[in-house]
Amino acid sequence: MAKSALLKSSIAKKYWMALTGLFLCLFLAGHLAGNLQLLVPNNALNFNQYALFMTSNPAVKLLSYLTYISILFHAIDGILLTIQNKKARPIGYAKTDGSSSSFASRNMAVLGTIILVFIATHMVNFWAKMHFDKNMPLMTKTIEVQGNKQVFYVGTQVGQYFPVEQVAKEGEKLEQGMMPKQFVIKNKTELHYSQADVKTADLYKDLYKITLDFFKDAKYGLYFTIGYVLAMLALAFHLWHGFQSAFQSLGANSSKLTPAIKFFGKAFAIVVPLLFAIIPVILHFKK
Amino acid sequence: MSAAKNININLKIWRQKNASSKGSMETYKLDNVSTASSFLEMLDQLNEQLINEKKEPVAFDHDCREGICGMCSLYINGRAHGPDTGITTCQLHMRMFNDGDTIYIEPWRSKAFPVIKDLVVDRTAFDRIQQAGGFVSVNTSGNTIDANSIPVPKDDADKAFEAAACIGCGACVATCKNGSAMLFVGAKVSQYALLPQGKVEATNRVLNMVRQMDEEGFGNCTNTGACEIECPKGISLENIARMNREFLKASVK
Repeated sequence: MAKSALLKSSIAKKYWMALTGLFLCLFLAGHLAGNLQLLVPNNALNFNQYALFMTSNPAVKLLSYLTYISILFHAIDGILLTIQNKKARPIGYAKTDGSSSSFASRNMAVLGTIILVFIATHMVNFWAKMHFDKNMPLMTKTIEVQGNKQVFYVGTQVGQYFPVEQVAKEGEKLEQGMMPKQFVIKNKTELHYSQADVKTADLYKDLYKITLDFFKDAKYGLYFTIGYVLAMLALAFHLWHGFQSAFQSLGANSSKLTPAIKFFGKAFAIVVPLLFAIIPVILHFKK
Repeated sequence: MSAAKNININLKIWRQKNASSKGSMETYKLDNVSTASSFLEMLDQLNEQLINEKKEPVAFDHDCREGICGMCSLYINGRAHGPDTGITTCQLHMRMFNDGDTIYIEPWRSKAFPVIKDLVVDRTAFDRIQQAGGFVSVNTSGNTIDANSIPVPKDDADKAFEAAACIGCGACVATCKNGSAMLFVGAKVSQYALLPQGKVEATNRVLNMVRQMDEEGFGNCTNTGACEIECPKGISLENIARMNREFLKASVK
């Protein structure tokens, strides 16, 4: 009895919704810390180093799987709850007055759906490119060499620079010009000697450039930026109710505790989405 | 308070012959309603008019008419127990309305509260939840112990009393966008959970009452807080949180 109750009952669903929701709040804080690095001027190297760490560190990987599971669970649980709740009132009221509850609390499912759609497009635009795109650009740096500007690929070790014209892309023919190219890229980011199959360096995927290009896109950049800001607005409303609601669901409600939770939740709901949203706005309008 | 006057109002009332028939909103005009009369007296006046016109009077629940029995219901102008807080419908007065107003009167809407007739709904789902665990075992062998012989901290006694103020009217279910009964069940669980007399059955009580609540077809709570605003007895969301804690404790036992 007790075991099945912890999975099926209406209260158990609250616990799961609350736990996954609070975990996703932690994820938001972490993600925001990463994004804010985009605002530091000329920060491509640091940002791409951070991106590499976030996609290769085993502990981060574990957290990322937890995040995927939480998003799915939170969304599926939310959809099931919404369907059940609609069924609980088969005939609606002819006249309703919304004054006894907040806009956010009444529209969590709609707000959640907007956020879910945003997450899906966001993952297609950035996450999928970072993980799976064969044409994901690699980080380059323009350095002045004896008065001439030259473009180099940047290796993950300090001081590793490889002239772009000496590097053949994956699948590209080596002998296009007079001389065969010295290096060839394999497995998306590995730099190998072209003549001997020896890896000489790892290169950075240029997530920094992808992000800037996305929001600076001449044709669609403005729409992407507006879409992003609107999604953050939905997130703000979702958190406005969701944050303090999670504590209530877990039974943490007392006259001492609740005012502090509500205050922190509302601050979190304003500050986090606002900081998320100003990043693409700045990137878009920055020359 | 300003002196009573008479107002003319329009009423839109849900009429439904019986549980199986399909109902609809009907419009009525009622003149010379004293603003000093209660909302239920206004409905009495309407029914008198309908009877005089040889029409079927409107069926609605009412009993004590002093805000303690929990019988009166009614979803008035989009709010449970009408446009005021901390009151039942019998405590609502016509001075809350203006001349020429159109007033919507609907029954509680919940799958678990089916309409019996017009504005009367079947709230026995609450009784079944109560029967599933809302009781304490008492020695009735002739040497019953006085309840006051067990010391109860004042703070707990006050909170238990506040929870026990629930009259089971169902306004929480009616006003909740999810048709959830958690404020009712939270109050009933809390009033015993806080007292030493309730500890004996605590584990089974919360599990059984929540199970019965789910079986009755009430929706899930999403913490909108509408219930505590519309509750005529001011039962707070703290009681739902306490039920959540009790449920977790009982589930892992």
